[in-house]
Amino acid sequence: MAEQPVLDIDKLKTYFYLDDEKVAKAVDDVSFSVYPGETVALVGESGSGKSVTALSIMQLINKPGRIVEGTIVMNGKELLQMKPKQMTKVRGNDIAMVFQEPMTALNPVFTIGNQITEMIRKHQKSSKNQAREKAIELLKTVGIPRAEDIMNEYPHQLSGGMRQRVMIAIAISCEPALLIADEPTTALDVTIQAQILDLMADMRDKYHMSLLLITHDLGVVSEYADRVMVMYGGQIVEEGPTKELLRTTNHPYTKGLLNSLPNIDKHVDRLETIKGTVPAAFNFPKGCRFSTRCPYVMDKCLESNPEITEVGPEHYVRCYLHENGGIPNDESR
Amino acid sequence: MQSTPQHTFSTDPDNQPQDDQLKSRSPFQLAMRRFLRNKLAVISVFVILIIIILSVMAPVFTDQDPEQTDLFKIEEHPSKENILGTNGQGQDNFARLLYGGRVSLIVGFSAMTFTLLIGVVLGSIAGYYGGIIDNIIMRAADIMLMLPFLVLALTIMAIVDRVTIPFFITIIALTTWPSLTRIIRGTYLSLREQEFVLGARAIGASDFRIVFKHFIPNAIGPIVVNATLMMASYIIIESALSFIGFGIPQPTPTWGNMISEAQNVRILRDHPEAWIPPGFAILITVLAINFIGDGLRDAFDPKSSQR
Repeated sequence: MAEQPVLDIDKLKTYFYLDDEKVAKAVDDVSFSVYPGETVALVGESGSGKSVTALSIMQLINKPGRIVEGTIVMNGKELLQMKPKQMTKVRGNDIAMVFQEPMTALNPVFTIGNQITEMIRKHQKSSKNQAREKAIELLKTVGIPRAEDIMNEYPHQLSGGMRQRVMIAIAISCEPALLIADEPTTALDVTIQAQILDLMADMRDKYHMSLLLITHDLGVVSEYADRVMVMYGGQIVEEGPTKELLRTTNHPYTKGLLNSLPNIDKHVDRLETIKGTVPAAFNFPKGCRFSTRCPYVMDKCLESNPEITEVGPEHYVRCYLHENGGIPNDESR
Repeated sequence: MQSTPQHTFSTDPDNQPQDDQLKSRSPFQLAMRRFLRNKLAVISVFVILIIIILSVMAPVFTDQDPEQTDLFKIEEHPSKENILGTNGQGQDNFARLLYGGRVSLIVGFSAMTFTLLIGVVLGSIAGYYGGIIDNIIMRAADIMLMLPFLVLALTIMAIVDRVTIPFFITIIALTTWPSLTRIIRGTYLSLREQEFVLGARAIGASDFRIVFKHFIPNAIGPIVVNATLMMASYIIIESALSFIGFGIPQPTPTWGNMISEAQNVRILRDHPEAWIPPGFAILITVLAINFIGDGLRDAFDPKSSQR
């Protein structure tokens, strides 16, 4: 792409230094870019490092975690070199974040209006009344009925979907260049999920934002994302344009995720799973991190971790199988 | 509480007229409503108000000077001029009772405010930042808790020749801050893990803002409750220290040093009007403040809402 990326992450490493001298490599050598106006999905199981990646971008990693290495460039500015005070200006203004739990992400003792205007007044010079008007307008934009009344209500008076809309309103209030949504629909009803995702897509178009969508739901990915990055064990194992990646899956892990989705055409008693769990982040295997669970594991995989290589147009994969022509077609179970 | 059809927007368990139900109430307003339903606490508020009015407006109720000694009028029985008689120095007991209330309330309230200030600041820092800072503050608190308060206070009072009210308040605050600091730290430790903190940081709120704007309203329940209960105990401490002669010295009138005159058996037997009123004043003031504290605790505890 010729355009300048909004966000450019290079070789990001975020490690957690645990008490017993173990080092949990939650994010280990992750590089990717997000271009203006696109939606990028970051997919993976629990514990694969998706959320830590997002928090690293915001620099909200708490002790004992630390960003060890790498660069995060946002619109030409290097975020990791910034002083904490400069960073508070970036947060909210340039990058905003929507969290998984709308139930707890709002402060229970302040009104909705109070929390939106706080954000507006923090980053923009405006009077109380201007901020209030803008907040009402934002609430209307995110599809909240009776916006004037809701302004004076407290988080506990709203439903989960409404709260998530409020979170989105807060996030977009300063028209950030990048919106990070960390599993924004996981805690919501299935019926509300699509509405919230549609809303975020609308907001992305309306405010020309880029959207970094963190999810474990490949259904959501196929519907909303332009590009997908699959994370496993703190690394990106496969990356590519959504259609291409879903059609010609090159990594056994991605394939496992796809197979575990329910299929309307096939009747099964039990859904397929990927056997085992993500290895602990302080105890990765020596070779490929997926080798402990991979059905196609080869000797080579146990020896060394494969490099990420291009297998198609903008399609990258971290697996040795592509050298032998991709994942074998037989359903090995 | 279970009888009326509940409106979906209402989280208030109370029965409300329909249009009022849609009005939103802050958690603070909800607590206020619960408080007002506690009769004992509401009565106590009035009792405290009466005591405050009596002592603040003491000159209106008596024209006697509480510090004026008159050696020709020692230990007189109640008369028209001296409603509660006079003490061993010929000072008017009624005036001393009223003016003594000022000292008790000032000491209680100021020491509470001072302790609150120390407790909130140190507790916030310790609870929010954790780590080494937390360790330093909490170990300092442990050391203070380790020293027996009374012995420490007595030693300091004994060293200083003249104990003034501000000095007395400072000593109390500096020796009793650890308990409040611990409570606030504990509250903050749990608040810190809530996601709205991450949310606030994600929109660019500074640490200072999170601690003082987002946390204090969330921790207001335990803070207010403990502050009230602390005030009651400070009034007792003042009286107790004055009683044994280590508090605010004569001629400043306090309830404690009024009672200390009753250490003399003659006064105890012959002049009940000299020591019963200040004793009773201490009793009802402390009782009322404790009832208010209990009322506030119930009001701020969401689990006690069925009361």
